Amino acid sequence: MFGRLTLNAFKHDLIEASVGVSILLALIAIVFLLTYYKRWRWLWYDWLTSVDHKKIAQMYLIVSAAMLFKGVVDAGMMRAQQLLSVGESFGYLSTPHYQQLFTAHGTTMIFFVAMGVISAMINYLVPLQIGARDVAFPFLNSLSFWLFASGNALLIASLMVGNFSGTGWVSYPPLSNLEYSPGVGVDYWIWSVQISGAGTLLTGINFLVTILKMRCPGMTLMRMPMFVWASLVTLVLVVFAFPILTATAGMLTLDRTIGTHFFTSGFGGNPMMYVNLIWAWGHPEVYILILPAFGIYSEIVPVFSQKKLFGYVSMVWAIVAIAFLAFLVWLHHFFTMGAGPNVNAFFGFMTMLISVPTGVKIFNWLFTMFRGRIVFTTPMLWFLCFVVVFTIGGMDGVLMSVAPVDFQVHNSLFLIAHFHSVIIGGVLFGFFCGFTYWFPKIYGFKLNEKWGEYAVFCWFFGFLFAFIPLYVLGLMGATRRLDHYDASTGWFPLFAIAAFGFLVICAGIGFQVLQLYISFKERAQNRDTTGDPWNGRTLEWSTASPPPLYNFAVIPEVHDRDGFWAMKHSKTHKEKPKYEDIHMPKNTGQGFNIGVLSFFFGFAVIWYIWWLALLSIIGIFACLFYRLFDRHTETYVSVEEVERIEAQRGKV
Amino acid sequence: METQQGVETGNFKAYLLAFIGSIILTLAAYFITVNHLFTTWLLNSAIALLAFAQAWIQLVIFLNLGRETKPRWNFLVFFFTIMVTVILVFGSLWIMYHLNYNLMATS
Amino acid sequence: MTQHEDFPDTHHEMTHNTFFGFWIYLMTDFILFATLFASYAVLRDATFGGPGGKELFNLPAVLLETLILSTSGFTCGLATLAIPVDNKKKVIAWYAVTFLLGLWFFLQVCTEFGHLIQDGNTWQKSAFLSAYFTLVGTHALHILLGLVFIVVFLIQVTRRGLIPVTKRRLTCLSMFWFFSYVVWIFMYAIVYLMGVT
Repeated sequence: MFGRLTLNAFKHDLIEASVGVSILLALIAIVFLLTYYKRWRWLWYDWLTSVDHKKIAQMYLIVSAAMLFKGVVDAGMMRAQQLLSVGESFGYLSTPHYQQLFTAHGTTMIFFVAMGVISAMINYLVPLQIGARDVAFPFLNSLSFWLFASGNALLIASLMVGNFSGTGWVSYPPLSNLEYSPGVGVDYWIWSVQISGAGTLLTGINFLVTILKMRCPGMTLMRMPMFVWASLVTLVLVVFAFPILTATAGMLTLDRTIGTHFFTSGFGGNPMMYVNLIWAWGHPEVYILILPAFGIYSEIVPVFSQKKLFGYVSMVWAIVAIAFLAFLVWLHHFFTMGAGPNVNAFFGFMTMLISVPTGVKIFNWLFTMFRGRIVFTTPMLWFLCFVVVFTIGGMDGVLMSVAPVDFQVHNSLFLIAHFHSVIIGGVLFGFFCGFTYWFPKIYGFKLNEKWGEYAVFCWFFGFLFAFIPLYVLGLMGATRRLDHYDASTGWFPLFAIAAFGFLVICAGIGFQVLQLYISFKERAQNRDTTGDPWNGRTLEWSTASPPPLYNFAVIPEVHDRDGFWAMKHSKTHKEKPKYEDIHMPKNTGQGFNIGVLSFFFGFAVIWYIWWLALLSIIGIFACLFYRLFDRHTETYVSVEEVERIEAQRGKV
Repeated sequence: METQQGVETGNFKAYLLAFIGSIILTLAAYFITVNHLFTTWLLNSAIALLAFAQAWIQLVIFLNLGRETKPRWNFLVFFFTIMVTVILVFGSLWIMYHLNYNLMATS
Repeated sequence: MTQHEDFPDTHHEMTHNTFFGFWIYLMTDFILFATLFASYAVLRDATFGGPGGKELFNLPAVLLETLILSTSGFTCGLATLAIPVDNKKKVIAWYAVTFLLGLWFFLQVCTEFGHLIQDGNTWQKSAFLSAYFTLVGTHALHILLGLVFIVVFLIQVTRRGLIPVTKRRLTCLSMFWFFSYVVWIFMYAIVYLMGVT
């Protein structure tokens, strides 16, 4: 009746059970608060059923923030284990638990934190920056978010029932095959990744159409803000790379459920094919992570250098080149698997090439700063930290593109340090930069600068303490995913420094939380009444903070790059705008419903509860048909309502 | 007749000719295979050629590929898809061939 | 907020956005099939000592189902020709024929699979068979989905007539149907014909 789900699957190990219990307590607290403050209707009608890109973006942020917390806890537990598990001592974690930790850490950080914050930023900013009122397919946008949330929920479920995968975040067979991983772990990985991957793919299609077809009058491609260019190119990568993941994870699922032999060790299967295909997706994926961050930096550096972006055209070509090359380098993730010198040389060369357009971008940002009037706000500080950390990571990436070097450091802590440098330095710092920059737009008040600066310093120095030792460790021969080592290796002091660095990073996170709290308390003093607190250059700053539901009462028309900057400094007489009824999509609960049903589908397939799986699929189709037969999917905001909202602008 | 943006969609005659063409190409491929008319390499190439020809007819006539007014987004997206497909398929075949050669058991 | 039944001012853009978005979705489907084709190409000789394409494929049957699917593409095309001229009867009739032909194709593939399974040549027997069943099976699933949506959209056309939203959906469906046949052309050539050479 319940497949292979038994009472035994519920966690009973103390450490594991305490995680599940804390999550349950948190959920109960949320339910209690919602009931006490009578906010259930508000939650449903204003948020869960929303098809507004701005609301959906904030929901992505909340989910990603929760998952960031979880990912950091995973990291802390691993660091603690590596500090304690030396020589005679074996630390406090069992090996299977440690394996689940490093797998969950990677999966969480890449799929649910990084992809989540990127979806959030693209969701919030792209329609505003192109002068549109919403995305091309608002319902699809809601559905994409709920599929993402559903994938997250499956990972959280694995903390309470059953185990997560212990195979590493890319799940290589034969280890991930049924023979060596007979439990539910890999299946949890597969379904959380597949379901949220489907959401990402739909987002890719949605925003690609939005950017290409819904730009405001006058905004040609070469007048778009750089963040929109970065998003466009990222979405192209999403649309072409994610189907590869769907197919490959799908084949692994078939191997595990119906006994196919794609990647098995016998019957003609070829595990190396999995490695090949998963990285054909995996490499574009890491560029999907970094390119939006590049877009964010291109937005803030001109604003805080008070000078227009240096070399817009070369920036566009550089980002297009990076995206194109992203499809031609994937073998560098498995130089050591044995394809031979010719193949390795080709992919090594292509990998080196990719550093050229990246370098162009970094130099262009620096040239933008040159002879500018720099304002050292928190976003600008995040950018400066990025330049240092990402450049370190990028340079050792080029080092590893030389196959013989890679043979020495493949799967060592040197590699770990490399990708954490580029992901934390590039993606995470980029997100923090964008978050602090656009926060006033989203919430109507600025963040406290002082606490922001403390956070930046802690993150920066914490990062250096946490990861520079890892470069050294890697060169000394320390491999990744290690949960115990001999004292004779001499690695302990370096692991100790790394653990210290982790604590400094935690202090940084603490300062960020404090910053949010203090800023919220002081919001009256820091309120943004103009909509343009930073003297911005792009269209989103022409709206109120926060923008109204329909974004723009009158669709703007641009004649230049940095359209809003041009508007601010033009001498044309600004007439009173003529308002009209605004056509908007209606909220719907079907995205939420399908999300919930897909969670049950994933859970059911994982635990072999076939009747539930079938029911869920039927339910998903039922919701889809309900949506297809729904005639009332659109509504109007009347002229009177628009006038009322616009009149409120700037007043507290 | 317009069903897509600025696209001159087909008419009955074009569709009929495309259909007849598809049937002929399908039968031709079948015929040369069953009667093993060429050596293997040539045969495979001929089959591939006939397949590409038929796919091209279907794409252009029924899916209106390349017949939009500018900007030709559909065509551009299709072009990128083909590029990624070629890279993925031939890249994988190249890589897997080398891996198998170097690493598979000799038995 | 007032409520209006129809939103004529934005239908034009919505339609074009929908077609473009659906086209991009079809391209992602193309990549999905490309990945499965790549796997098939790598694994086609991995028969583990068992039978390969030469022994298993019934080419005359494959020819028949290919011709039938090709015809269904043509009838689908005829249906799309009737959409812009608002000929509801013709639209329904030709989609119905398309449905029947598609159903034949689907059932024939199922029968083919059935014979293989009965003889013990399941997907569990070798990597080649795994790749074969997955590739052809995924395509068959697409056809099944197409059949389901033909029924759903024909119901909508019957009840609401040929209005912009139903025309849009039928056109997307036809794009899906043509695309499915294009994928099948490659399957016919690469899996079946090249499988016996």
